[in-house]
Amino acid sequence: MAESAFRYIAKKRRPKEDRRFIAGAARYVADVALPGMLHVALVASPYPFARIRGIDARAALGLPGVRAVVTGADLVAATDAMMSGLDAPKLRRYPLAHQLARYVGEWVAAVVAESRAVAEDAAELVEVDYQPLMPVIDPEAAIKPEAPIVHPDHGSNVLFRKKWVWGPVAEDFAASDHRLAFRARWHRSSTVPIETFGVVAAWDHARQLLDIWASIQMPKYPDQLARALRLPGNAVRVHFDVDVGGSYGVKRGLKHSILAGFIARQLGVPVRLLEDRLENMRGGDAQGPDRIFDIEVAFSKEGIIRALKIRALDDCGAHAGRAPLQLGKPVGAICGPYRVNSVEYEAISVTTNKTPQEAVRGFGQSPTNFALETMMDRVAAHLGLDRIALRRANLIAKDQFPYTIPSGSTYDSGDYHTVLEKALNAADLPALLRQRDGARAAGKLAGIGIACCLEPSGGNSAFEPLFNPKNETTTWMEACSIKIDLYGAVVVSMNTSSSGQGHETLAATVVGEVLERDPETVRVVRADSLSALPSNSPVGSRMAIMLGGAAAGAAKKLKESILAIAAKKLGAPVSELVYQNGDVALRQDPAKKISWDAIAEIAHRKFHELPEGMEPGLQATHVLEVPTGGTLPAADGRVQMYPCYAFETHIVYAEIDRITGQVSLGRYVVGHDCGTMINPDIVHGMTYGGIAHGIGAALYERFRYDDTGQLVSGTFMDYLIPSAHEVPNVEIVDHCTPSPLTAFGQKGSGEAGYLGAPAAISGAVNDALSPLGLKLAELPMTPGLLGDLIATADSKHK
Amino acid sequence: MSRHEISLTVNGRTYRATVPARLTLVDFLREELRLTGTHAGCEHGVCGACSILLDGRAVRSCLMFAVQADGATITTVEGLAPEPGTLSVLQDCFWELHALQCGFCTPGMLIAAQSLLAKSLAPSEQEIRDAIGGNLCRCTGYKQIVEAIQLAAARLSGRNVPANNHG
Amino acid sequence: MKAAEFDYARAGTVDEICRLLADARGEGKIIAGGQTLVPLLVMRLARPALIVDINRVADLAGMAVAGDAIVIKAATRQADALADASVQRAAPLLVKALKMVGHPQTRNRGTIGGSLANADPAAEIGLVGRTLDAAIVARSTSGERVIPISEFFAGAMTTALAPEECLTEIRLPIWRDAGRVGSGFMEMSIRQSDFALVACACQLLLDGSGVCRRVALGIGGAEARPVRAAPVEQRLVGTRLEAADIADATEQLRDALAPLSDTHASADYRRRVAVALAARTIAAARDDARAAGA
Repeated sequence: MAESAFRYIAKKRRPKEDRRFIAGAARYVADVALPGMLHVALVASPYPFARIRGIDARAALGLPGVRAVVTGADLVAATDAMMSGLDAPKLRRYPLAHQLARYVGEWVAAVVAESRAVAEDAAELVEVDYQPLMPVIDPEAAIKPEAPIVHPDHGSNVLFRKKWVWGPVAEDFAASDHRLAFRARWHRSSTVPIETFGVVAAWDHARQLLDIWASIQMPKYPDQLARALRLPGNAVRVHFDVDVGGSYGVKRGLKHSILAGFIARQLGVPVRLLEDRLENMRGGDAQGPDRIFDIEVAFSKEGIIRALKIRALDDCGAHAGRAPLQLGKPVGAICGPYRVNSVEYEAISVTTNKTPQEAVRGFGQSPTNFALETMMDRVAAHLGLDRIALRRANLIAKDQFPYTIPSGSTYDSGDYHTVLEKALNAADLPALLRQRDGARAAGKLAGIGIACCLEPSGGNSAFEPLFNPKNETTTWMEACSIKIDLYGAVVVSMNTSSSGQGHETLAATVVGEVLERDPETVRVVRADSLSALPSNSPVGSRMAIMLGGAAAGAAKKLKESILAIAAKKLGAPVSELVYQNGDVALRQDPAKKISWDAIAEIAHRKFHELPEGMEPGLQATHVLEVPTGGTLPAADGRVQMYPCYAFETHIVYAEIDRITGQVSLGRYVVGHDCGTMINPDIVHGMTYGGIAHGIGAALYERFRYDDTGQLVSGTFMDYLIPSAHEVPNVEIVDHCTPSPLTAFGQKGSGEAGYLGAPAAISGAVNDALSPLGLKLAELPMTPGLLGDLIATADSKHK
Repeated sequence: MSRHEISLTVNGRTYRATVPARLTLVDFLREELRLTGTHAGCEHGVCGACSILLDGRAVRSCLMFAVQADGATITTVEGLAPEPGTLSVLQDCFWELHALQCGFCTPGMLIAAQSLLAKSLAPSEQEIRDAIGGNLCRCTGYKQIVEAIQLAAARLSGRNVPANNHG
Repeated sequence: MKAAEFDYARAGTVDEICRLLADARGEGKIIAGGQTLVPLLVMRLARPALIVDINRVADLAGMAVAGDAIVIKAATRQADALADASVQRAAPLLVKALKMVGHPQTRNRGTIGGSLANADPAAEIGLVGRTLDAAIVARSTSGERVIPISEFFAGAMTTALAPEECLTEIRLPIWRDAGRVGSGFMEMSIRQSDFALVACACQLLLDGSGVCRRVALGIGGAEARPVRAAPVEQRLVGTRLEAADIADATEQLRDALAPLSDTHASADYRRRVAVALAARTIAAARDDARAAGA
């Protein structure tokens, strides 16, 4: 459906929620202060691997204001281990280390005191007797039989290893003219929100209820928290109306929450656990993919890609976290936007003595896209073909949708060639080429990067049964309720937290569209986890599709009720009625009508005028299963991963200073197609932000560990987040290929920009280095790395 | 230990308090005065979320102790609006152009922008990026923020008529 | 990240500062702008028993030309020095450097003396001081002494100041020779406002016929302290500072420097960048001098 067909959808609209943020009137978890609240500070392991022989908290407890010191032993006794999602029952994880400390920064004890400052004073006094053990830091070393085992009970550092073969891979390789092999390295970075993770827990003994406020973005959080604390699910109330200061996947703080909940119940006092930045970077367990891709590609002499073999080794850190499953989601777009006949994919997840990972924006798709686009550039270089022409030749064509890739996922819709053209036109490729060539003639290193990448969206936990067949889960729903009150005011209830994605505006706009009422008049509230209907959180770029779909579904039900009431009042069948802006009239005689307000009044007060069998009041609920969901993976791993596929083409110009290795980004254009955009400003904002994240991953950010396992970039002085100086002006060119699967043709877009920027920037740097005969497939491409690389090449030429 | 009496003006109102020496200004504003609009993102002076106006200058409140602010005049994000319940032109422009998403860096951005606009109503894009160069944002990629500041400069100097205002 | 406890005293005069530091017997630390001290305190990397606040000492703020030097008091805000007309006239090199120091918020609070006392190897202000052969004045209850900049920086994050001494002013010599003076300041930092991996400061003098008669070149960030590149300077004097002269002279840096290696950059990287950046900075200073008019 054309975007111009909508009244409110796809139109510029000020996001509702912005108002409280600009006034400084938002409520983040650190703003929640309860009477008598205590504060937590953590005691962290200074060793990457050590046996914990004993913990002496006497001195700490002796400090005035200190109320308790909690250790791993306390938690092992009173809580259930956190689930890994893998079939690995010996992988037990608790909020505090028990018997073994497995990474520098792992939390070993928690001090509870009247102020954070006193808790930190006391934390310094906790004496831990460590016996240091030999750590394993490098992931490839971790697979070797002689490596120290991070989880001895599990018996190996391999948490997961599986190879899938989809299609005739061996035959395709044998039949191809050419093949290429290369390695791509994506070092650890993460989304690192400006707000750290925090949780406030309060146990109400009289009500037997645990109240939780948290900076949270996590599916099944209330359930997993209750389960770990051995509480029934209806004894935990998570308040979703806490504003979350950015998450982009990582704010899952389950260990923090179990710890805080445990303390709150033990002490009977509210407890706040708010990470400081040092705790967050080392012990918050929110680092990101740390991946080695070994790829082989088979192709014809014309550059048509036939088959792929991908081996993805990911370094989880010391606990599973979400890292293993982040190797699974990319199965849903394992060959990118290209027609590939067969794919072999091996996913290997290993533990090392480093901080664990959390779910990072895209859930593994961005590193995968980086590897795929590196592959395309290498194939082009190998054959002497133009990189853009090569992509054009391999992109799935518009008339081939819905298109099913070898791993079983079907791409719903797309027009990749048009988006590519639009982006190239906007970027004025001939002018960029002239600029590049002119710079090269002046002795500079200059390049253009181009990346065509997919953003699978909609969310679906299909990677869970794929990686653990014992976990037969196929439901991935979202819910929305709407009520119209006695005086006609609309309240929409959503069932999860948000972290800047504009969900209140999303829901109000959708409801306003269906009911033909101004979204400004629609109030959106958030249920807490007890009053909430099922939700799976804003992950996987799903909320436009799922909250949008659930809100639309509920609104449609309401509209039906409204029409039914009007039909009875006006004495005519619904087919003879016209609904307009909430009022209903007879098509044949528009003077005979009933207003929105009058309908609401009938619903609430005039049972004698209500249609037979209709419940009083005016409210509706819709719970939506993810489109295309509901099927377990096949035995060979073929699976429909996510329902809707957005597409982006990045074109970026870069120059590299020959001596300093510094990359300067110039013109940056991204063509973006996420179907219908419910609110363009919100979608564009997330795309710009995703690109900034991508620039960080490509050029600046790395959780760097030295050989002894110490994190050397654990503050903002060394972990370098792009500022307004490092992010260029980006131009977005929109295209709309609606999804046939959703209420308004919308696809998800929360991960936009991040999924393609690292690939494009890597492409630009490689183009710039190509006259020196250099190739680089490693991120981040820091000045030190590039400077040394160029100097080595220059000295060879001398 | 070391506790000190201070008196300071915040958003036009005078406060008196007794504070421990080691209490930072950001913690004092947030926890003691309950002005939670100013945020602590890193506590070591890099992210800028704690920015406030101190005697007219934008500073990082995490790098000062409350005791040092005795006698100071401070403006936080809560004090940017001309009247309670209203928005300043700058704030309104942030809303108009959606110059924020999660809102966590926003108070600091507004303070940095306010500081710039107090000196110049025709800043270049480079000057805007310099002014907010010490304020990290993870959501927006800065573009809509730069545009909002440009719009505010234009409106404040009378060069632009506001669109239909939802404020 | 909350600091360990400390006592706090606010001084009103320089004498008070000295007395407080003396009484603290080495456990006292001055807080000026706090931009570098407070992170150390909250990360508990520094645990002084006493913090002496010097921000209200009127005698420690301000700048003025005195004879052949511009004297900047230690607690002068970096932003104020940047905006000051006499500094712009008398120390253009410092102005160029100050533009690269931190961010507006940090310059609004950070002080000239604070940066010097912190002695980060990559700090811009210390590099300018070293390049211009500045003098640092320090006071204690034992009296006042003048420390030549060449002796002031003892190593990374370490100065010649005794724990009970207060840095009171920096004196930057003004070049009064006949001729055209030009300056250049460049640095290589990963993000624009990060601490420099390598920084170069150059001030030079051209005579009436365009020949270089005097040059000062300082390199920061490469070693534990800012250094003067004397071998380079010697090669440049007497030349017209053409590209070949500069290239020839800066080659001396390759052997003259013993650069640091860290997670951000190797020693080789710093060496290479120092040579190239020095050349660019000298060229910039030369162009600045040529444009200065007679």
